[in-house]
Amino acid sequence: MNSETLNTLDSYSKNKYKYGFVTEIDAEKPKKGLNEDTIKFISQKKNEPGWMLDWRLKAFSKWKKMKEPKWANLSFPEIDYQDIYYYSAPKGFEKKPKDLSEVDPKLIETYNKLGIPLEEQKVLAGVAVDVVFDSVSVATTYKGELEKLGIIFCSIGEAIQKHPDLIKKYLGSVIPPGDHSFSALNSAVFTDGSFVYIPEGVHCPMELSTYFRINAENTGQFERTLIIADKGSYVSYLEGCTAPKRDDNQLHAANVELIALEDAEIKYSTVQNWYPGDEEGKGGIYNFVTKRGLCAGKNSKISWTQVETGSAITWKYPSCILKGDNSIGEFYSVAITNNFQQADTGTKMTHIGKNTKSKIISKGISLGKSQNTYRGEVSFLRKADKARNYTQCDSLLVGNQCGAHTVPYIDSKNNTAVIEHEASTSKINEDQLYYCRQRGLSHEEAVSLIVNGFCKQVLQELPMEFAVEAQKLVSISLEGSVG
Amino acid sequence: MFLEIKDLSVKIENKNILKSLNLNINKGEVHAIMGPNGSGKSTLANVLAGKEDYEILNGKINFKDNDLFDLNIEERAQEGMFLAFQYPVEIPGVNITPFLHSAINSKRKRMNEEEIDNLSFAKLLKSKASDLGINVDMLKRSVNTGFSGGEKKRYEILQMSILNPDLAILDETDSGLDIDALKIVTDGVNKLKTKDNSFLIITHYQKLLDYIKPDYVHVMINGSIVKSGGSEIAAEIEKDGFQKFQ
Repeated sequence: MNSETLNTLDSYSKNKYKYGFVTEIDAEKPKKGLNEDTIKFISQKKNEPGWMLDWRLKAFSKWKKMKEPKWANLSFPEIDYQDIYYYSAPKGFEKKPKDLSEVDPKLIETYNKLGIPLEEQKVLAGVAVDVVFDSVSVATTYKGELEKLGIIFCSIGEAIQKHPDLIKKYLGSVIPPGDHSFSALNSAVFTDGSFVYIPEGVHCPMELSTYFRINAENTGQFERTLIIADKGSYVSYLEGCTAPKRDDNQLHAANVELIALEDAEIKYSTVQNWYPGDEEGKGGIYNFVTKRGLCAGKNSKISWTQVETGSAITWKYPSCILKGDNSIGEFYSVAITNNFQQADTGTKMTHIGKNTKSKIISKGISLGKSQNTYRGEVSFLRKADKARNYTQCDSLLVGNQCGAHTVPYIDSKNNTAVIEHEASTSKINEDQLYYCRQRGLSHEEAVSLIVNGFCKQVLQELPMEFAVEAQKLVSISLEGSVG
Repeated sequence: MFLEIKDLSVKIENKNILKSLNLNINKGEVHAIMGPNGSGKSTLANVLAGKEDYEILNGKINFKDNDLFDLNIEERAQEGMFLAFQYPVEIPGVNITPFLHSAINSKRKRMNEEEIDNLSFAKLLKSKASDLGINVDMLKRSVNTGFSGGEKKRYEILQMSILNPDLAILDETDSGLDIDALKIVTDGVNKLKTKDNSFLIITHYQKLLDYIKPDYVHVMINGSIVKSGGSEIAAEIEKDGFQKFQ
């Protein structure tokens, strides 16, 4: 612990003693460091009931005994957990830019390329916006419509207040706080995230997105999302936005839990485009994400689609536990790494029920000096009769200083299981580039076209409008990588 | 002069392929280059298109008042040079329609012409495809992916008719084609021919020249043009082979 942290903690605990955490001015001050008081502070700040605080503290005591998982093919300096702000609301309020002219022009250029309207650019870049613009009123309209159907869509904080029974029943039921150190950390200090509940038999009529949630601005660094699809329901959820987000935080450790009951289906799509660091590998987000879905009921289905282009480090394995008979788990992934980015991403498909099926399509693209690893585990437990898995992992290398790695684990305890695995690694084909350029396309256009073609199987799984943006994003991620 | 190749010598991996080659093509002319395997025909096509594997030892190429070596691959294409490939490469996942749409617009941009919008382009593509007897369903597929040899060549000609080049180079376009496919391809070329564009047809066999009438035939042996003349040369080769030129 460094002296600054000690001083901060010292003054912090003094304040606590004196004012008992109630003074508004103190409450708005971000505090560095992680200890029980930090957690109490967060819980208090969010006005949480006692059981929630207990839950957090239990997770924290587990975290203290844990070490970070080490399996990933990543190298980064040790994380100093005492040198991090765990509650900073409103986000970066000290450094918030006053208008777009104070924002990195490179970021604005990217927004313009993606065709993002000016007002939205301001929100994304963290500019203080106090005018009520279209999407907020749109969001209100949507909210009313969803309420009519009995769909709950709110922040996790609001759900803890208003729907304690659902939270108590499901929070941590798929990712136990003690699962690994990042899940314990998240459970102890999460500050925001989404909560979705789709009642029995309801087909959610629109794509739910954090974007439409009114208080979406502050989905923080330790995001916690919980989605429950009751019997026979359907929901498609979009996380994030294709635009790069300005964020001063270094460490992100989100947890996302999905629960699909009998005959229910959840489709979860992510585009992750956090700051990847600069061309020299300085800066960038460390993104340690735990995403896990439980196909709890018969015939349920969970489908993950992710496009990962950002972050200095990505550590992420959206997984499915296929417990219900005939349940289906899917994972579609595009991971692009450039410059000095490192990604270790993949999935875990755990077949427990009979006739369960899983499908994994992973496309890794490495450029610059980056390292890109697919890591997957497919396991069949004893009772998983006639379960099937199909895995396809394709890696594409651009240039000769990057790396692509594929690490598939397969474990079967049931001899009726059927497993298919296909993998390929290729360099971007010079003949393809020549062909495209002979038709008049520039080198960059040609690379972008070929890479988009390579990812098509995954990109087409994204909801329509998202897919178009994601394609543009893929092209932007490749920029400057070919000379 | 439209295309002027002067004293061109080219090597690849320490092997001299083209040796002091000279060739002039005027607007509106159709030239055929014939020669045995390994004589350097395809190298000539690729050097013209700008493929980067070759080392230019000597010589100059002028194309439409440009020093060709000042232009990169895509700039040459945008200036109106088109190469119909001997083995068109598959590009999985890249749909034909947007691919060609980007191609035509990059050319228009260079020529300071207005870009063509989606709808007009789709119409243009459909009409050109039906002219060439290409099924519209083919336009939904990925570039060359899973195409038969004949389909690939037909698709090359479709691209050529969309991009409407000033100089079209056909590299062994006839190879691997049955007689019906050959007719479709050569019909396409004949339809495209005007007094303002030129063709350089590279072929091994004389058969193609039954369908496309060249103004000039050149015999290429061992990296040089050893004889030039009219279509009577093609007939000679048909009769006696390349032996007598070697």
